[in-house]
Amino acid sequence: MADLRTNFAGIKSPNPFWLASAPPTDKAYNVIRAFQAGWGGVVWKTLGEDPPVVNVTSRYGAWHDGNRRVMGFNNIELITDRPLAINLREIKEVKRDWPDRALVVSLMVPCSEDSWKNILPLVEETGADGIELNFGCPHGMSERGMGAAVGQVPEYVEMVTRWCKQYTRMPVIVKLTPNISNILGPARAAKAGGADAVSLINTINSIMSVNLDKMAPEPVVDGKGTHGGYCGPAVKPIALNMVAEIARTLDTRGMPISGIGGITTWRDAAEFMALGSGSVQVCTAAMVYGFKIVEDMIDGLSNWMDSQGYATLDDFVGKAVPNVTDWQYLNINHDLKARINQDLCISCGRCHIVCEDTSHQAITKEKDGKRYFDVVDADCVGCNLCMIACPVPECITMEAVDTDRPYANWTTHPNNPMAKVAAE
Amino acid sequence: MKDLVDITAGRLSPGVLAENFGDAHPPLTPAQALVEADRCLFCYDAPCITACPTGIDIPSFIRKIGTGNLKGSATDILSANIMGGMCARVCPTEILCEQACVRNTYEDKAVQIGALQRRATDWLFDQGVQIFTRAPLTGKRVAVVGGGPAGLSAAHKLATLGHDVTVYEGRAKLGGLNEYGIAAYKTPHDFAQQEIDYILAIGGITVVTDWMLGRDGSLDDLAKGFDAVFLGLGLTGVNALNAPGEELPGVENAVDFIAKLRQTADLTGLPIGRRVVVIGGGNTAIDAATQAKRLGAEDVTLVYRRGVETMTATPVEQDWAQTNGVKIKHWAKPVKVEAVNGAASGITFEYTTLKGGAVTGTGETFTLAADQIFKAIGQTYAAPEFSGLALEKGRIQVDAERRTSLPKVWAGGDCVAGGQDLTVASVEDGKQAALSIHATLTA
Ligand SMILES: Cc1cc2nc3c(=O)[nH]c(=O)nc-3n(C[C@H](O)[C@H](O)[C@H](O)COP(=O)(O)OP(=O)(O)OC[C@H]3O[C@@H](n4cnc5c(N)ncnc54)[C@H](O)[C@@H]3O)c2cc1C
Ligand SMILES: Cc1cc2nc3c(=O)[nH]c(=O)nc-3n(C[C@H](O)[C@H](O)[C@H](O)COP(=O)(O)O)c2cc1C
Ligand code: SF4
Ligand code: SF4
Ligand code: SF4
Repeated sequence: MADLRTNFAGIKSPNPFWLASAPPTDKAYNVIRAFQAGWGGVVWKTLGEDPPVVNVTSRYGAWHDGNRRVMGFNNIELITDRPLAINLREIKEVKRDWPDRALVVSLMVPCSEDSWKNILPLVEETGADGIELNFGCPHGMSERGMGAAVGQVPEYVEMVTRWCKQYTRMPVIVKLTPNISNILGPARAAKAGGADAVSLINTINSIMSVNLDKMAPEPVVDGKGTHGGYCGPAVKPIALNMVAEIARTLDTRGMPISGIGGITTWRDAAEFMALGSGSVQVCTAAMVYGFKIVEDMIDGLSNWMDSQGYATLDDFVGKAVPNVTDWQYLNINHDLKARINQDLCISCGRCHIVCEDTSHQAITKEKDGKRYFDVVDADCVGCNLCMIACPVPECITMEAVDTDRPYANWTTHPNNPMAKVAAE
Repeated sequence: MKDLVDITAGRLSPGVLAENFGDAHPPLTPAQALVEADRCLFCYDAPCITACPTGIDIPSFIRKIGTGNLKGSATDILSANIMGGMCARVCPTEILCEQACVRNTYEDKAVQIGALQRRATDWLFDQGVQIFTRAPLTGKRVAVVGGGPAGLSAAHKLATLGHDVTVYEGRAKLGGLNEYGIAAYKTPHDFAQQEIDYILAIGGITVVTDWMLGRDGSLDDLAKGFDAVFLGLGLTGVNALNAPGEELPGVENAVDFIAKLRQTADLTGLPIGRRVVVIGGGNTAIDAATQAKRLGAEDVTLVYRRGVETMTATPVEQDWAQTNGVKIKHWAKPVKVEAVNGAASGITFEYTTLKGGAVTGTGETFTLAADQIFKAIGQTYAAPEFSGLALEKGRIQVDAERRTSLPKVWAGGDCVAGGQDLTVASVEDGKQAALSIHATLTA
């Protein structure tokens, strides 16, 4: 059995699966149920100053696939709408009763030194393991000069982080907003401010859908709607890229990362971890399926680690990072050809039409006057499009072909006006 | 009517027989399993779990198939039901988990739970991964009598809990009806023995075959020599037709025919009548009729004395028999086996009707020509009498923990009263009894 124990920036938990700061961690009742279900830690729903915010109704929107699986989810909720004192009391009780689990407190107060200076001792007094600075919330709070409004300005990120490091001995995790053109800006700022770790991503600005009867964006609040924060499986690729950028860039590399965004299965978690996340956080999947999903995350990850010979998380965290590179260093002489397994092919013709209409006209549609789909190697550029369009798993695969040409990349290619002379 | 009795072997070519007795329901391919797993809604407090006699956490194991965590999936299954592999093949899911699936309400089509269960357990057996370990040894010894699903389930659970077990089995092979009763095409490729090997691999289980309780030892001796005894004796008796001529050659118990079929390696050598009549309305009747047909019988008729609504064979199994070309006749009871040259040549039935709730003959009869007649009107508890062991409705009386009236003796499976007479229910009995024995021995 693989050892899933996690030490993330000094915060210990029995497994790397934490619930992200959101409704699942809004109060003791939920958090206790989560711990009973096996979650390794939680980041408590973001606390703010009193008086608490108020929420509107309704609050969530979603994008379903054909099987009514939730692929994308958004919300227009704010931070906790409960009084600070109640939250602090509950946090203290839960931490006392569940000492082995990670309990991190998410915070968002106005961008003034006093606000942070005042709240930090109150949180420290609960015995919580750390704090997470919510610089990410893209709606409602940012209009009050908090959340993403801070997260989008690296100077503010650095400043607030510095205050927190100054006024508390708890580890400080800075939660980054993806609503920015380059994630490295705020990540560098967090580091400069002395952050112990970063977590990402928070939600992405979005309009989930438009209700064409009401002519208003969903979720509709009395005839009007607003942009909300997007999350769930659909955001995972965006989150993975941002995690990878931080993990592989020289000056941010090595900072502990708590990966967040669309994690639904152990496999999603393993991918975030392979790209350098020391822990992962989950919100939407829990909100769509309940806390029990953590069982598969735990034994799925552990069984996979056993099968790969990884004994501890450290054995594979970050292992894919060296293989994330810039486009210009990819092997330009590597070649693949699509292969259609005729035994599996159901003759839907989609591979042909997508290649014919939109790609390289490399899939024929008949043989001996009969419907038959096959690849013309000479025209196939190995792009994956037919494989992606094919409805039958494993029917189209990509096969590496020998080009007899050694590794070479764009930096030395003759077509590159800025090519460096090949060092031969 | 043909005069000569026609019971011969080799009616079908080896190739056709191999096909007829191969997997009746081939396993899902990995791709099919993924698509099907995706249909499960991961219900809260899932009704399918409640409907499974062994309480397998169905949404969890299906979700794990979806995430590629097949080991976790198989672990969920086998830790609730050590014969999850056999049950995936033989459970009448249409009256168990799949009947309860909420997808029925939604789109009139349950998630194929049984087929998915097979996907996960087949994967595990193919990998040969042992997922169980034994708890520290307790030094306690338990005797299990009967190596069928109930006995083996009890033995495995007791062994994992750290007790040493001796299984006493009357037949030459372990498995009970998994080995001698289940229709061949439900469990081809010697799966029953493969599963038993997996069960025994846990260690701590000694097997004694060809040992009959009553003949080779007494219950008293076992109770004295062991800390506890579990009885999983099954049903060894068969109801008689009580019709003249039933002792004639050509008339056979359906269970004996099936056992013979299951133990015949080369089916081209197994004789079968050209015209076969099966009497009964349960799964044994269905299995005997269908296997007779697949062995090459030309006409197979199943005759049941009541209407379709009281047949214990599920509608799915009745359909299956009919798809295989078996003719099902209702409302007729056997009155006499006809003979030619001292062997059965046909059987005469009297039409029946319900009178004041009782099945009554109408006086009108008909005769079906038959070379072979299989009796499948019910199995009975037929173990020797054990002093002090209370019976109820002709089977062993047990409480909710499967304790019998004797202090050190537990029982489960078909031999106890109030059960469902299913493999899965027997496995659950064995498991519950083992837990109760464990609680008693470690109290
Ligand atoms: C033809 C047929 C088809 C069936 N098909 C299905 C099906 O498709 N699906 C399903 O769920 N169920 C099916 N069943 C029912 C299922 O097989 C039984 O419910 C199940 O096998 C009962 O398990 P058991 O352990 O109680 O008894 P058994 O399987 O009968 O095992 C009892 C064991 O005890 C041994 N034994 C008996 N007496 C003694 C003694 N005195 N000393 C030592 N050993 C002894 C026997 O040899 C046997 O090995 C079928 C039954 C029959 C007859
Ligand atoms: C309804 C809802 C409320 C949220 N509230 C907060 C919050 O209070 N603080 C915070 O840092 N993030 C909040 N988030 C963002 C999540 O913590 C998480 O970063 C995001 O949902 C991406 O993860 P996911 O794809 O697993 O949901 C919220 C998300 C949702 C769906
Ligand atoms: S999920 Fe609960 S709170 Fe939300 S709308 Fe439904 S019933 Fe109401
Ligand atoms: S898309 Fe796939 S299934 Fe359809 S024709 Fe092409 S190879 Fe065959
Ligand atoms: S009832 Fe059906 S859909 Fe629901 S958990 Fe069970 S198998 Fe899945």
